[in-house]
Amino acid sequence: MTAHLLCVDDLGRDGVEAVLKLTDSMVEVGRRDIPKVPALRGRTVVSLFYEDSTRTRLSFETAAKRLSADTMSFSVSTSAVQKGESLRDTVLTIEAMGIDALVVRHASSGVPWQLAAWLAGSGVSVVNAGDGWHEHPTQALLDAYTIRGEHKAGSLEGLRIAVVGDVKHSRVARSNVFCFAMLGASVTLVGPPTLLPASLEGWPCEVAHDLDEVVGEVDVCYLLRLQQERMTEALVPSLREYAATYGLDLARAQRLPAGALVMHPGPMNRGVEIAPEVADLPSAVITRQVANGVAVRMAVLFHLLTATAEREVRLDG
Amino acid sequence: MAETGPWKLLLRGGTVVDGDGLRPADVLVEAGAVAAVGPDLPVDGAVVLDCGGCWVGPGLVDLHTHLRQPGREEAETVETGSRAAALGGFTTVVAMPNTTPPIDSAAVVREVLALGATALCTIEVSGAITVGRAGERLAPMAELARLGVRMFTDDGTGVQDGRLMRRALEYARPLGVVLAQHCEDEALAAGGVMHEGAWSSRMGVPGQPAEAEEVMVMRDLALARLTGATVHFQHLSTAGSVELVRRAKAAGLPVTCEATPHHLTLTDEACQGYDTVFRVNPPLRPAADRDAVRAGLLDGTIDAVATDHAPHDQEAKERPFDQAPPGMLGLETAMALTLGGLGLADDPQRLFALLSWQPAAVLGLAAAAGSVAAGAPADLCVVDPDERWVVDPRRLASRSRNTPYAGRELQGRVRHTIHRGEPVVIDQEAQR
Repeated sequence: MTAHLLCVDDLGRDGVEAVLKLTDSMVEVGRRDIPKVPALRGRTVVSLFYEDSTRTRLSFETAAKRLSADTMSFSVSTSAVQKGESLRDTVLTIEAMGIDALVVRHASSGVPWQLAAWLAGSGVSVVNAGDGWHEHPTQALLDAYTIRGEHKAGSLEGLRIAVVGDVKHSRVARSNVFCFAMLGASVTLVGPPTLLPASLEGWPCEVAHDLDEVVGEVDVCYLLRLQQERMTEALVPSLREYAATYGLDLARAQRLPAGALVMHPGPMNRGVEIAPEVADLPSAVITRQVANGVAVRMAVLFHLLTATAEREVRLDG
Repeated sequence: MAETGPWKLLLRGGTVVDGDGLRPADVLVEAGAVAAVGPDLPVDGAVVLDCGGCWVGPGLVDLHTHLRQPGREEAETVETGSRAAALGGFTTVVAMPNTTPPIDSAAVVREVLALGATALCTIEVSGAITVGRAGERLAPMAELARLGVRMFTDDGTGVQDGRLMRRALEYARPLGVVLAQHCEDEALAAGGVMHEGAWSSRMGVPGQPAEAEEVMVMRDLALARLTGATVHFQHLSTAGSVELVRRAKAAGLPVTCEATPHHLTLTDEACQGYDTVFRVNPPLRPAADRDAVRAGLLDGTIDAVATDHAPHDQEAKERPFDQAPPGMLGLETAMALTLGGLGLADDPQRLFALLSWQPAAVLGLAAAAGSVAAGAPADLCVVDPDERWVVDPRRLASRSRNTPYAGRELQGRVRHTIHRGEPVVIDQEAQR
């Protein structure tokens, strides 16, 4: 079995703990004068992005390079996809070049699962860099790592985390709810019913519709990006009303308990889900999240690819 | 191929199943008709088809088949689809009009009828209710009815405009045809690609609520009351829809309906791995809906099992889940799935009722008589209820491979199919 990272559940709690522990070492590597180790020398990591993403793609590529892997980047605008090549043909073509990991981002939920099925037996690890509204597991891992590092508790165990906003269309929310709960946090989703999933059966979280009721009693206030097109779908009346009702303005931020963190996966709509002055508070650890992203992705690639290598050695022996 | 071939066949040693009940009997077929039914009939030069341990019933009738021709011949043709139908025991299928071009004019009706003339089963051609299935103007229903079209539907989409649907029902009433509705309110469905519920929410896939179907069932029940015209509901999939029809029938409204083998055997949980073979419209529903569909078929609320056989070529099904076209194959597995899904091993009469004479009655076909008796047309289906078999997509006769049952072991298999006296399937092999 090739190791993939399609969702946080793939790792399990032990796997998550292992990746977070590895991340500590990767952060240390990042602080060196020459932030590079030969851990994945001779390995090839390909990023296949069917959707625009600056930070996630750069973060993965930087991570792979710091581990001395060879990297290739494949983005839709420059590829054969525009010539009508199918997803499966594209993936099998890339696989034929001899690669070790495929980091994939796609606007449709489930694409990494389809790729993993087509690549069965190839030895290629698939890493989900965000699929539709579904999962973004490395975001959840870097968020968990950031909370552990920045909150005085030093752990997610027992922390109260509010995830606020457009949960329905958010892969970040889906990955985070399950990851945070796995690590012992109690999670509350906050938003209007139109922006919450139709069913929360099986979700390890509570639901609230009034941010003001929640904000005084959370250790982490995690804000989700509100896409502009939600207005045209009659999900919220206006950006102004959304900001007034669910935005973290200064008054609400001042009601957060001492030591509480403000987080956002980026890119932020300042003045909508987060007031500009709140984004710049010391408790807002948004740039920390980005910085930790590289180390977490180094840990993920190392975790997946060395595990595979060890199995190969065992098979050869 | 002549309408009635030279075949003289003796179906020997089976149990005849028809509207009159069950009886062990041989069936002699001659000149395209059943010549005799009785014990130990003499061979007398007939080709003998062994039917030991099998049910010998009237040929199956599918109210809902996508044959894809004209326009999508890479997915299916009338010939390949009719071969799949014959292997599934069907002697009549209704070709849906969502072809390219759609079946909304006399020219296309004639083309499909001509293709059907040499098919392995009878092809009933259905026509679109509206021009281009666009939901804006009525198609020339009277002209198409004169060519033999008995069913009109915009299947693939429902007629969204209530006023237009009302006019269609009123206009069609004197034509003696059936208007069939794909029940989906597009505004409520909002582009959802699976059932809206626990699975779609967890999977991050846009869902369509059960109510998107039920709202249109409600509207068309009201229109049936208003116009006095008969409405047939296609592929009902929700508990709410079944209950609405149950009450409407109790109130005496002229409605009929069908359900598919997949909605009585699969649930939306099957979508969890994002395998596009499980993407279908209406979508697979939770277990409570599946159970309600089963109950509706068993208590007579739902008149017929109809396959919604919807071939798609492999490339189309290799798109992301939300971009792959909806639909699954159905003809070659319908008998086994209905038998197993409804637990009808001890009630073959109900099984054949749901797959043969009740769907025939919806369309007003002669096969509605549900009779295997001397003088009846020799459209027959012989089923071995005990045979276990594993579905292998590569061995299906359809041009496409999109069965959701690949690798599944099913029980009950069509052994022989006789169409207009011709043995089109013998011992599970298509004869042409």
